[in-house]
Amino acid sequence: MGDWKTITVPALSSASKIAYQNTSEKKMSPSSLNMQQVLCSPLPSYKSMHSFFSAFCTEENVEQSISYLNRELTTLGFPSLYSECKDKELNVVSVLNCMNELLVLQRKNLRAQEEVEIQHLKLGSDMDHLQNCYAKVKEQLEASRREIVGLQERDRQQQCKNRNLHQLLKNEKDEVQKLQNIIASRATQYNHDMKRKEREYNKLKERLHQLVMNKKDKKIAMDVLNYVGRVDGKRGAWKTGKTEARNEEEMYKVLLGGYEQRQKQLLVENAELKKVLQQMKKEMISLLPPQKQKPKERAEDGIGPVLSDMEEDAVELNKENMWELSCETVREQLTNSIRKQWRMLKNHVEKLDNQVSRAHSGALNGSDVISREDHELETEKLELEIQQCKEMIKTQQQLLQQLMSPCDDDDTSVLLQDCYLLEERERLQEEWKLFREQKKNFERERRSFTEAAIRLGLERKAFEEDRGAWLKQQFLSMTSDHKNSEHVKTPSAYSGSSDPDNQLMNFRSRQKKPHCLPSVHPSEDLCQTIQHIPPNSNSSVVLNKTTEDSKPKQWKGLNKAETE
Amino acid sequence: MNFSEVFKLSSLLCKFSPDGKYLASCVQYRLIIRDVNNLQILQLYTCLDQIQYIEWSSDSLFILCAMYKRGIVQVWSLEQPDWHCKIDEGSAGLVASCWSPDGRHILNTTEFYLRITVWSLCTKSVSYIKYPKACQHGIAFTKDGRYMALAERRDCKDYISLFVCSDWQLLRHFDTETQDLSGIEWAPNGCVLAVWDTCLEYKILLYSLDGRLLSTYSAYEWSLGIKSVAWSPSSQFLAIGSYDEKVRILNHVTWKKITEFEHPVTIANPKIIVYKEMEKSTRVETESLAFPPARAQASSLFSTQSKYDISQVPVTLQYVKPVTDRANPRIGIGMLAFSPDNCFLATKNDNIPNAIWIWDVQKLKLFVVLEQLYAVQLFQWDPRQPRLAICTGNSKVYLWSPAGCVSVQVPMEGDFQVLSLCWHSSGDSMALLTSGFLEVWKSLQPHFHYMNMI
Repeated sequence: MGDWKTITVPALSSASKIAYQNTSEKKMSPSSLNMQQVLCSPLPSYKSMHSFFSAFCTEENVEQSISYLNRELTTLGFPSLYSECKDKELNVVSVLNCMNELLVLQRKNLRAQEEVEIQHLKLGSDMDHLQNCYAKVKEQLEASRREIVGLQERDRQQQCKNRNLHQLLKNEKDEVQKLQNIIASRATQYNHDMKRKEREYNKLKERLHQLVMNKKDKKIAMDVLNYVGRVDGKRGAWKTGKTEARNEEEMYKVLLGGYEQRQKQLLVENAELKKVLQQMKKEMISLLPPQKQKPKERAEDGIGPVLSDMEEDAVELNKENMWELSCETVREQLTNSIRKQWRMLKNHVEKLDNQVSRAHSGALNGSDVISREDHELETEKLELEIQQCKEMIKTQQQLLQQLMSPCDDDDTSVLLQDCYLLEERERLQEEWKLFREQKKNFERERRSFTEAAIRLGLERKAFEEDRGAWLKQQFLSMTSDHKNSEHVKTPSAYSGSSDPDNQLMNFRSRQKKPHCLPSVHPSEDLCQTIQHIPPNSNSSVVLNKTTEDSKPKQWKGLNKAETE
Repeated sequence: MNFSEVFKLSSLLCKFSPDGKYLASCVQYRLIIRDVNNLQILQLYTCLDQIQYIEWSSDSLFILCAMYKRGIVQVWSLEQPDWHCKIDEGSAGLVASCWSPDGRHILNTTEFYLRITVWSLCTKSVSYIKYPKACQHGIAFTKDGRYMALAERRDCKDYISLFVCSDWQLLRHFDTETQDLSGIEWAPNGCVLAVWDTCLEYKILLYSLDGRLLSTYSAYEWSLGIKSVAWSPSSQFLAIGSYDEKVRILNHVTWKKITEFEHPVTIANPKIIVYKEMEKSTRVETESLAFPPARAQASSLFSTQSKYDISQVPVTLQYVKPVTDRANPRIGIGMLAFSPDNCFLATKNDNIPNAIWIWDVQKLKLFVVLEQLYAVQLFQWDPRQPRLAICTGNSKVYLWSPAGCVSVQVPMEGDFQVLSLCWHSSGDSMALLTSGFLEVWKSLQPHFHYMNMI
């Protein structure tokens, strides 16, 4: 339909031209646009129209245009322009019909176009409207979102409140429960008491009934053999106003007595406490370093005279046994002064603490401050010392007690005595052992001495004999022969033995009584041992035996002699 | 350790005389007076009916026997066995009877607490006191016996009347701010009277001898209140045991609480000593048994020995859950007693019936807890020294003193369930009472030469 585009349809009437002028021309083809433009432009003159319309068909190409038109129309479905009988002959009727059809079609198209344009306009306005609506709705959405957040927040707060209220409610419920329990228990108690009272009431009613009915009235009386005297031995007195007054007096006396006693106790307590406070004050003053007090005193110089007077008064009062007075001002003074001292002491201690902590960290090296470790070491040392001292004291005390006080218990005292005796006995035994050993030694020595003496005696005898014999021999030799030599020996043995006896006799005379102490004189023992010999006067062999046998006897005798 | 032979007894009526020379016991309607040292019968009196109550007069010269059913009180003299006195209340009935402190008047409470009749043994006078209060501790005498406090109730209000005991003159009469007074007690110094309210209200009032209200103390409201009260011997402290398982101590200067003692089920403080009674099963060597077994041996075979062991803290005591829907529940401090030297306070918490708590009064702290195998029936301090005797309803008696504690088997044939005990005034001997028998334990000093010692 390209041709259709380029070739405009000039057969349109002027009415449709006007219609076209009024419509918009947005989506028309450029050629139609042209046409529209042409049509919208002011009413073209008849001539220009004609000129425009004559562009397609001129007088030259009539048949060509008719054939072209026929062709186009037949393709569009219109009946042919040519008559049926003759070819190339214009069927005016069909041409007119065709023209009418085309007009009708044109009108329809125009109408359709109009409608479409109207619809288009409508849609445009609808779109605008919808866009406005959309914007509004968006705004509304935002607003409602914000509202939702706000409402959520409020909802949360309300829930919190709700929870709190629930909690309160629970507490209240618990309390109510508790009170109900209390009420229940009270109610049971009341009921119980009520029942008891009712039972008693019933009993009373019965008794009353009984009494009313009972004719016999049991006499209420006391039957006593004889009246007993009063405790204090006095007679009973009438009750008069005087006795009443006396009773009142006595009652008040008792009360007053009680109060006085209590007051005394309280006074004593007060006095003690005051003493303690005074002491504390003094100690506190002594604890504080003296320079602390000077600036204070200087500061108080302004108020000085008055205060010093008061202090002096206080001191004077102190001296005058202040604790016996209990007036208000004195008490106040005491408490105030103690408070003051306490504050100063506290400050001082705080300062010391600070110093100590600083010393610990190593910043300050205060000479007054002892480091904690040293302090602890010292305390440990002191504690050890104390422990040792305590132990010493304990042992000393024990010993003292043992020495000083006699035991209550006989057994223990006897035991103790036995202990001492045992010690002594053991010591004695040891000494005896020594003594015995010594004795043994001495005995041995003695024996050896005696043997030696005997031997010596014997030898001397022998020597004497020999000498005598020799002399005799000499004499005899000088005079006679050897016959008498043997006979001389034996009697000389006995004679020899008698000599030691004589010697012993001498010793005996010189014998002293032995001492109790074991200082042993060998000569004396010798005497004693040989003392026993005469009763057992036998040969020298027997001598030895007897000395040995008589040893135990000796000992006994010795013992006896010693103990004597 | 010296146990006497067993004597018959009825209704647990056995009392030492105040001067310590005699022991009175009842068997049905007979009153038996024994010498304390050798327990020989000195006197035997026969009353008209089964005796329900006996009391010695303060000078130990007379003894009264009350028979509530017949409404009769009979008084016997120790100096003159022939002397007799019978007081017949007749139709008035008899509920309680007691001596006055001078030992010459008898106060009889008639039935329904209608009145108190004061009978005199020296004159022919009779006094009546109307409207006495129907409570357990309604009458209280001061220690020196001069004054008597009596609780009264008129027109639904409580009153206290103070009488002079020498001539029964009314000294003071004042009303108390209590709902329903449940007890009164004089301080040992005779100057202060403690008055406490019913258990429904925790309130204790302190009145001076001349009737002035000195102070009121109330620890809490609404819950059950005071269960037991005890004065310290020096009148310095007033111990109040209450249903909330606590003991509160008031001081005599300000009448304010100085401390409260709690009785928890678990003891965690390591400084507290807990003595626990343990059963010690004796090993029986069958070969050494003789057949037929000797009587003493037979009883000792089946009776279990027990001894005390020191438990390591923390200790959990046996707890009895009280029944809450009953009146007078078994909770709270039911028993409270100071030692005579004012050093210790013994308490019992009814929730934990097997334990006795001993508090140091000087330090106001818990000192010792004794845990027994059975529920504690009764404990009593020695009148002279800080020694506590305990009985738990089995055949043993327990003694505690700061030196240690000991459990002593009461030698007896069969099962001897010690239900009650009472000390002699010198602290030398003790009477052990069971339902039907009496046994005296002599020569308690010096103590702790016994077996099972800690």
